[in-house]
Amino acid sequence: MSIAAAPALHHEHDTHAGPPRGLGRWLFTTNHKDIGTLYLLFSLMMFFVGGSFALVIRAELFQPGLQIVDPHLFNQLTTLHALVMIFGAVMPAFVGLANWQVPIMIGAPDMALPRMNNWSFWILPFAFALLLSTLFLPGGGPAGGWTLYPPLALQTGQAFPFVILAIHMMGISSIMGAINVIATILNLRAPGMILMKMPLFVWTWLITAFLLIAVMPVLAGAVTMLLADKFFGTSFFNAAGGGDPVMFQHIFWFFGHPEVYIMILPAFGIISQIIPTFARKPLFGYASMVYATASIAFLSFIVWAHHMFTVGMPLAGELFFMYSTMLIAVPTGVKVFNWVSTMWRGSMTFETPMLFAIAFVILFTIGGFSGLMLAIAPADFQYHDTYFVVAHFHYVLVPGAVFSIMAGVYYWLPKWTGHMIDERLGRLHFWLSVVGVNVLFFPQHFLGLAGMPRRIPDYALQFTEFNMISSIGAFLFGFSQLLFLYNVIQTIRGGEPATDQVWEGARGLEWTLPSPTPYHTFTKAPVVE
Amino acid sequence: METQETKSALATANRRVVRRLLLAVAAMFAFGFALAPLYDVLCQITGLNGKTGGRVAVARPVVVDETRTVTVEFVASLNAGAPWEFAPMVTRMAVHPGQYYQTRYLARNLTDQRLVGQAVPSVAPGPAARHFQKVECFCFNRQKFEPGEERAMPVTFIIDPELPPEVRTVTLSYTFFKLDDAGG
Repeated sequence: MSIAAAPALHHEHDTHAGPPRGLGRWLFTTNHKDIGTLYLLFSLMMFFVGGSFALVIRAELFQPGLQIVDPHLFNQLTTLHALVMIFGAVMPAFVGLANWQVPIMIGAPDMALPRMNNWSFWILPFAFALLLSTLFLPGGGPAGGWTLYPPLALQTGQAFPFVILAIHMMGISSIMGAINVIATILNLRAPGMILMKMPLFVWTWLITAFLLIAVMPVLAGAVTMLLADKFFGTSFFNAAGGGDPVMFQHIFWFFGHPEVYIMILPAFGIISQIIPTFARKPLFGYASMVYATASIAFLSFIVWAHHMFTVGMPLAGELFFMYSTMLIAVPTGVKVFNWVSTMWRGSMTFETPMLFAIAFVILFTIGGFSGLMLAIAPADFQYHDTYFVVAHFHYVLVPGAVFSIMAGVYYWLPKWTGHMIDERLGRLHFWLSVVGVNVLFFPQHFLGLAGMPRRIPDYALQFTEFNMISSIGAFLFGFSQLLFLYNVIQTIRGGEPATDQVWEGARGLEWTLPSPTPYHTFTKAPVVE
Repeated sequence: METQETKSALATANRRVVRRLLLAVAAMFAFGFALAPLYDVLCQITGLNGKTGGRVAVARPVVVDETRTVTVEFVASLNAGAPWEFAPMVTRMAVHPGQYYQTRYLARNLTDQRLVGQAVPSVAPGPAARHFQKVECFCFNRQKFEPGEERAMPVTFIIDPELPPEVRTVTLSYTFFKLDDAGG
């Protein structure tokens, strides 16, 4: 990649600098910024769809007894809430951020494989149309939980092949996205941008992309086996034919645990960009951050059975998976300490992205601690399949992954649109969200410890108060997100003009570009010192 | 980077990355399926998961351990929709490791058709599975039933004296399947 670019060729680029007009722009675009925008808007839409499912669930659980939905619909809503939020909201949001940010952070003109990029986005709306259409089929949608455990999942009615095909499509989309990210990072870095100089968001995405390549095909294999068991008379998971339903759990969680880190590593990257900006200090322990991310990714492959401590594993298995799981706390701790050390004696200011980033550090750590409690195999027999698990993974996914996405959007939106966000509205959104999310999920720890099972539409009377508090928090949190939607739309439409650097302490290639970012950037590669 | 050579060099590099990653995707897809036989092999080697397999125990002379008594419980269950009545004739026995015992399970065809069934055994706790040896068992063969036929089916077993000392109770469970819906 030489920097001796011929100036004559550049004029060609300048002549078609703007995007084409109309719907065709979005359908046929190969521009990484357009595709990033599409991903982010799609993810926002799915966030509200999945969120409305969650609000129906919380409304039903506001008091004991059955009030609003019948148990079968309740089960469909829990299943679809998970599938929509994981594959429709969180993962596409991270891919959208990668599309926007990775090229402008490493000085690349676009993603390495722009046509494939278009395809990997446009598969998603079809996949989710297929998945959500199952709600209207006779017999309803999938109701056996997003983990699709057989034999329960095999009792799904006509929705079953739709769900499997939708999951295949989401998998193909993710794999293509991951290939694109890896090819871009490996081949399109600007001269001087050596691997150990890359911004951490790029590093965490590189590692995430490798995780996606490694485990999405395993999920595809697992659901294909389910499909074969249901329709082609095989017995992978059918004990009658010599199979074993527990094997599905092993294969599923071999995918499932790395999947958890697919949803959190890019979040670590975003937070590692934001905290140094608003602490006005370089990130503490850059190299250790990179190694910690890589160690977490490696460990994610050898801890899967901690999701299934109660299936009747031998003692040696329980011990191995317990200790290997606890080991993950070490690199994660390194990260948390590095973020805190970055803030230590920094000149901190508390703009909206920073507020979300600080809340991430604190609340993600709470989720990490409850994860450590769940890792203790003998204690897990008490916590397993209770609301304690629900509280744990919502703490790492909502004030973890979702807060990091919102922080990232607030942080980079001025760069993308050229307009500053409405700071007052952003802070209001933050405070309502952070109060709402804790009122929503913290009581669920107590419910779980007291023995309330998850995925049940009714409960014993003694759980009433905490469920009511949790539901009130859910509605507070859910409706506060309309402020986010409003703020994003207003910022796209107009607002105080943003400078090129946007934030006083911002460092990196993307902040050298004009705001808003031109349609084509870095057609001539910058040189990194 | 706009010169012709660097452009084609970049295209080559991109193609190489894509090829390698697609290969990795295919390999991981295959690995997912390879987990199925690997899982069975692992369970057989370690005797985990209560899988006793269909293997016939080698009858070798062992010393009967009269000082130790182990409770063996017998459990029967039917796979969903299997049209049989199926139950152990004795639900629990006190046995000495190293000695042969025989018990029977009773099955009755509830339909007016000929049926073929197969019992799949499982032993709990898992670590006891490989020390529970079946010398003769109705689960080794398919069982044919005439319409309405009732039959007692024998199982002869021996508990290996090497059964871990902490195990005081062993449960032998059979699930009876109708063979047509077993896919073979």
